[in-house]
Amino acid sequence: MSSKKRAVSSGLPPLLIISMAFISGFCIMAIEMLGARIMAPYFGGSQVVWGSIITIFMLALAMGYLLGGRLSTRNPNGTTFGLFFIGAALFCLPIILFADLTMRPIFLNIEDPRYGSLLACIIMYFVPIGILGMISPYSVRLLVQSQDHSGHMAGQLFFISTLGSAAGTLATSFYFVLWFDVNQIMWGSIAALLMAGGVILLIDYLRNAQPSPARVPGHEK
Amino acid sequence: MRSQVRLGYQAMRNKLLVACRLLLIILCGHSVSSFAAETIHEERSIYRDITVVQTGDRRCLIFNVHRGDRNQTCVDVSTPDKLVFAYTRMSFAGLLLKPDPKTILVAGLGGGSIPTTLTDLFPDAEIDVVEVDQAVVNVAHQFFFFEENPNMKVTVADARVFVKRAGLLGKKYDYIVLDAFGGDYIPEHLLTMEFLEEVKAIMADDGVLVANTFSTSRFYDHESVTYQRVFTEFFNFKMPASGNRIIITQLKPLPPRGALVTEAQRLAPSLEKYDIPLLEYPARLTTRVDWDMSRRVLTDQYAPANLLRDN
Repeated sequence: MSSKKRAVSSGLPPLLIISMAFISGFCIMAIEMLGARIMAPYFGGSQVVWGSIITIFMLALAMGYLLGGRLSTRNPNGTTFGLFFIGAALFCLPIILFADLTMRPIFLNIEDPRYGSLLACIIMYFVPIGILGMISPYSVRLLVQSQDHSGHMAGQLFFISTLGSAAGTLATSFYFVLWFDVNQIMWGSIAALLMAGGVILLIDYLRNAQPSPARVPGHEK
Repeated sequence: MRSQVRLGYQAMRNKLLVACRLLLIILCGHSVSSFAAETIHEERSIYRDITVVQTGDRRCLIFNVHRGDRNQTCVDVSTPDKLVFAYTRMSFAGLLLKPDPKTILVAGLGGGSIPTTLTDLFPDAEIDVVEVDQAVVNVAHQFFFFEENPNMKVTVADARVFVKRAGLLGKKYDYIVLDAFGGDYIPEHLLTMEFLEEVKAIMADDGVLVANTFSTSRFYDHESVTYQRVFTEFFNFKMPASGNRIIITQLKPLPPRGALVTEAQRLAPSLEKYDIPLLEYPARLTTRVDWDMSRRVLTDQYAPANLLRDN
């Protein structure tokens, strides 16, 4: 296969990829906004906890970008893309199920709320947010069909995923916290990620089940 | 966090302004310059802008002055013993239930008038003050006659964290004053059922909790329902001249009014120098429900306090 053909091998419609990037951006910020609420009972309000959350989210995303970019160089495909969403959703579960179990021993052992909240953040958020970070560079790779317009695609994708982040921040802090429990919003984010992953896997499966002409071996020659 | 009073209603504010002016004219009629509010200190901490303003003898700590907040705590520099604001005086109504506290916790320092009065009243009592903002502690020391002593220490920490840790250490307090304000109101994590449970856990068997809150519309209901859930009943204490509502409760059943009156008569003389009209208080301490009991309890899961307030 030429590199040009491999570029479209995901078979996922660009619109789908871009919508999913929106959802991932939305969920990242919804989860981030709730982080302060989840940690306040153990580490207090405002500055300190926000400092930890933003630091760890930035670091997790940075690692995610690096790893996602690396992964995208090896056989980029829709299945892996869908699994990012499902993996992130699963790793978000402990934030709901084991938050107190995680924070209590940290509170008991670390007196300084700065380092306590930092450690709690690493344990609860680093992995799921890191996985969500992998989605952006991977999406760029799935969208890009030639190097000529990779910048254009990346721009579009970051535009949409950052819009998603803005929407997630606003919706969570202005409205969701007024309507729902913190955990209900977390369950909602997990459900959204699972559904996103499910839709990607389904469409990817359907596309692969009907081989496109480009992939029929006879046409390779 | 801070002690504060919100002079909410325009009419009341105008009346007060007129009253203040009249007072000033009487006090220092010949000296026009002393009318002007003079900013004597400005400081920006990571939590807020702090401004110290002096008008005549009255020195006030104002937070976020640029945002137009009227949240403040004041002291009269010529008579620093006297408590300037009704809500500060009202917070001593808890003494009617526990007249001789040996261990005291005050959450939220502000200008320090509550802890200063408490240590003056009970020099042998051990007083812990918890304040999240070091800058507020500095300003209280420099401008508001606040002094720590061997029995009264300030810890710079979040009140939630302090209370949780005190619970782990098995500490018990006879008298707890919650007066921690940040942003617009009491921070969300200091309003929840879980926090109040943690406070309850550090109250001595005959200890008293005094919480300073506002009597503002919709949020008032949520807050009342939450206190009710944790403490079953509490004295609701409002005064006509104040937009504040003081919640007073204890673990034991609340005493009958007769007992409060007796206690007020006994204690009133010792509180006179602070201008605390203790004798007026028993009649205003009520357990009558004046809130919507169908409102949702605030929890760590659901406490959009600052959103609810304006609705």
